[in-house]
Amino acid sequence: MSGVAGSRQRFLGRRSYIELLARERARAVLDAGTFRELLGPFDGLKSPWLPLQGVVAQADDGVVIARGLIDGKAAVVAAVEGRYQGGSIGEVCGSKIAGALELALRDCERGSPVRPVLLLETGGVRLQEANLGLAVIAEIQAAIIALRRHVPVVAVVAGIVGCYGGMSLAAALCSTLIMTRQARLGMNGPEVIEQEAGIAELDAGDRALIWSLMGGEQRYATGLADALLEDDVDEIAAEVRRAFANPPGPARSEQVERFAERLARVDVALPPSPRALRDVWRREGGA
Amino acid sequence: MSAVPALSPRGLAWLRALTGQEGLAVTGPRTVRVADAPLGAETARYIAVVPDAGNRFPRARQGEVGVDEAWALASHVRATVAADQGVRARPIVALVDVTSQAYGRREELLGIHLAAAAAVDAYASARLAGHPVIALLVGKAISGGFLCHGYQANRILALNSPEVLLHAMSKQAAARVTRRTVEELECLGERIVPMAYDVHSFARLGLVHKLIEGINADAPVGADVERVRAELIAAIADARGGSRDLGQRLRSPAAQETRAASIEVRRRLSEQWHAS
Repeated sequence: MSGVAGSRQRFLGRRSYIELLARERARAVLDAGTFRELLGPFDGLKSPWLPLQGVVAQADDGVVIARGLIDGKAAVVAAVEGRYQGGSIGEVCGSKIAGALELALRDCERGSPVRPVLLLETGGVRLQEANLGLAVIAEIQAAIIALRRHVPVVAVVAGIVGCYGGMSLAAALCSTLIMTRQARLGMNGPEVIEQEAGIAELDAGDRALIWSLMGGEQRYATGLADALLEDDVDEIAAEVRRAFANPPGPARSEQVERFAERLARVDVALPPSPRALRDVWRREGGA
Repeated sequence: MSAVPALSPRGLAWLRALTGQEGLAVTGPRTVRVADAPLGAETARYIAVVPDAGNRFPRARQGEVGVDEAWALASHVRATVAADQGVRARPIVALVDVTSQAYGRREELLGIHLAAAAAVDAYASARLAGHPVIALLVGKAISGGFLCHGYQANRILALNSPEVLLHAMSKQAAARVTRRTVEELECLGERIVPMAYDVHSFARLGLVHKLIEGINADAPVGADVERVRAELIAAIADARGGSRDLGQRLRSPAAQETRAASIEVRRRLSEQWHAS
């Protein structure tokens, strides 16, 4: 098939991953026909804190936990629903993620590895559950670090909410981090930085600027993400499988000396443009 | 723009009181102080994050954990673990008085999320390696700053003091983001425990191993320091006798009540984990 016709065929054959809801995203990374949801909507585990503040609580609290297989191996997927409360992490949904990772760890320690995948679409702590949101994020982080010693922990940030707050740390703790061009990853959301530091520091309405700083392409080009994918269900599912088939080395967050050396190459007083930073922090071989 | 709070010297005051040292490292930022000092029959490593008006990152001059602070925390904690390979893992005490994480454009450019993750990773890895990691809250423990410095501890101790404040976001910022007044937020905190900023409410979430009463948090001297030392020693012994994960937080009587949902989620997940 000639180039133009071939790319047209590929484009038409593409299925958007970003348009999928969390439940379908989880289904899409598991082997066909193996999806089994845990603590689904019928279990009715809702946030006890939102109704006290006049907010309707959703029956799954915005996180889908699913068991199934990945390449025939036992797996668990935690998918955050970015369309509910901005994917924010409260007590119940955060405990679902932490609890699933803790059970995967227990199985790993007993000699039955479980492949964990996090599909992150989250603004971070749910402010209505403030301290409990932060507490469960610390528990999620603890579980990732413990589990990562047994099995790769794979995170996907597809967009379009992105991954912020304490959950951006969780993403950075994972063995493999997969992003799309539409995805963003940062500790502080643009609106929060503008609120805290003023519009001269960061104009949250400047989409081009935001993506140039925190977008998937930038994070990948500066070695802060492992894969940059198109918004395509099959590509993302295949990359998740590759991450388990070829176990990566230490996580970035373990490589303190390497990243301190990278930081030393930057003039902090006169920081480079995002584009120029790509030359300073060029992707190193396989890193 | 946020109001400029007074520089809080509590982390440094407690470092001096407990170690008699300033804790300046040969390399690295002046904002992360590290000192070894006797504690009971052994030597503990104390780590504090302190303000520095001359910080090369302007957004991290008031006690925030920024890019440099987070990498320095990671580096110091990992050096402690490396130094104790093959010998008894010494206690690590995080003296916590952190305003928040640093909010800024260059922070995001330079990947503050990864720096912060490295600090979290180092503390958790130290805990998993058998170091008793104790957080002592002497001032603010806000948001990402606390995640980086203290939240991965085996045990969290806190001074019962009005200036010990805990939250996911500073009061002023949370008010702006949620379009409420500070007074409205405070009212909400009275009704909804996790929304409160005070250390009593935080303790009701089961996250505090021991609330230490009657200490002058601003001027640590004499008997107060000795009492805090004794509490640190007790917490270290308790940590060594317990598991290396964070499960203890959910077993406390306060958590049984206030975090019933966290416990119920785990119970039912476990039931459904294997297909019936």
